[in-house]
Amino acid sequence: MFDFLKGYDLLGAFWVTVQLTVYSALGSLIWGTLLAGMKVSPVPLMRGFATAYVNVVRNIPLTVIIVFSSLGLYQTLGVMLGADVIDDINFRLAVLALAAYTAAFVCEALRSGINTVPVGQAEAARALGLSFTQVLRLIILPQAFRAVVNPLSNVLIALTKNTTVASAIGVVEASYLMKDMIEAEAQLILISAVFAFGFIVLTLPTGLILGWVSKKVAVKR
Amino acid sequence: MSGVSVTKGAEDAAPAANDLVVLSNVNKHFGALHVLQDIDLTIARGEVVVVIGPSGSGKSTLCRTINRLETIDSGAISIDGKPLPEEGRELARLRADVGMVFQSFNLFAHKTVLENVMLGQLKVRKTDKKAAEDKARSLLDRVGVATQADKYPAQLSGGQQQRVAIARALAMDPKVILFDEPTSALDPEMINEVLDVMQQLARDGMTMVVVTHEMGFARSAANRVVFMADGKIVEEATPDQFFSNPRSDRAKDFLSKILHH
Repeated sequence: MFDFLKGYDLLGAFWVTVQLTVYSALGSLIWGTLLAGMKVSPVPLMRGFATAYVNVVRNIPLTVIIVFSSLGLYQTLGVMLGADVIDDINFRLAVLALAAYTAAFVCEALRSGINTVPVGQAEAARALGLSFTQVLRLIILPQAFRAVVNPLSNVLIALTKNTTVASAIGVVEASYLMKDMIEAEAQLILISAVFAFGFIVLTLPTGLILGWVSKKVAVKR
Repeated sequence: MSGVSVTKGAEDAAPAANDLVVLSNVNKHFGALHVLQDIDLTIARGEVVVVIGPSGSGKSTLCRTINRLETIDSGAISIDGKPLPEEGRELARLRADVGMVFQSFNLFAHKTVLENVMLGQLKVRKTDKKAAEDKARSLLDRVGVATQADKYPAQLSGGQQQRVAIARALAMDPKVILFDEPTSALDPEMINEVLDVMQQLARDGMTMVVVTHEMGFARSAANRVVFMADGKIVEEATPDQFFSNPRSDRAKDFLSKILHH
């Protein structure tokens, strides 16, 4: 029944999906945290920048951002992100675009987490003589992260599925292979089912594990 | 009436050297509300000043302006001869010398009791870990919660949390500690365990500014009582004078309401 899978590198394609997800997740987590830090900073310019960034980026379709990374950054401006083979360039551009896009959502999740930390925590930290960045790094963000593990896990699941858009600039991940197979094989429903199952295998454990982590690390008040 | 210091008579010859906290002509508004009006207050080294008054009289705000958790609109505040700097590194350095104990404890919820008392030493004073831990444990012992060192704040009673908060402030070797209604959020049976620690601190010569509704504490531990109403300092006196023979009508009215129950 699954003979049509022969000759296709299914695992390899999903491995690219996993790589896209992991690198983009790390990038978006770092950039999103910095954005959230800017959003609560006392410097108006930083607050303005972070607000503008989030509002612009989260309102542009991901396809437009990813296609721009290829057409705009690479083909027009010649940005290659340190790679020289076209496959690598596309992969890195896709990671950059996915991270830039997802960071807006990480920032918003994290900011809602910051709002759950009572004002008194920051006041007590400032009263001890900690600087703004120390207060943020040692007191506010650790508590904010613990409060938003579940929303962040939603962002991560969405990111996993969003990696399929990378096929638009020729990154050979799972959905790219799926389109290939649909054209070559007469097994429309089975092919779709196999790929749907593959994504569930990736995202379901993410949700379950992070749900458990969320309970484990919750701050008791 | 206001601005009369009654406890420093003998030291008045050389006031500047011994003055630790000086507020002069401080004003602050919350919108249309004039919460601090022309406040002049001088706190000498080693002095225990208790600020009392009805709710909304500006006591807590006054307390919080001293380490600039609240900014002021006009006037000047200086600590140990240095004017309060703008927000930034200088202010952080000064805050490290001014302990603060809050009504709602504000222990860091994601850190253990021990870590709470070590944090300022490690990150602000740059003490090494071993010394910071030793000091934290001895302070926790001093306030009577040594056995709770590895628990998280939420696992402690209110009275225990507040004593940890006092230990956290003491760990910085502050020049002065500000207490902003330290017992107002506590169940009645826990109030005394916190007041006992504060009494001991007062006896040990710590400079303290205490905003409180605990008249018993004011009577027994204060060198001076400052009575505030409607954003003004209405009366300053020794506890004996203030409680037995208040001069202002506002204070008489306040005392008659709270002492006859």
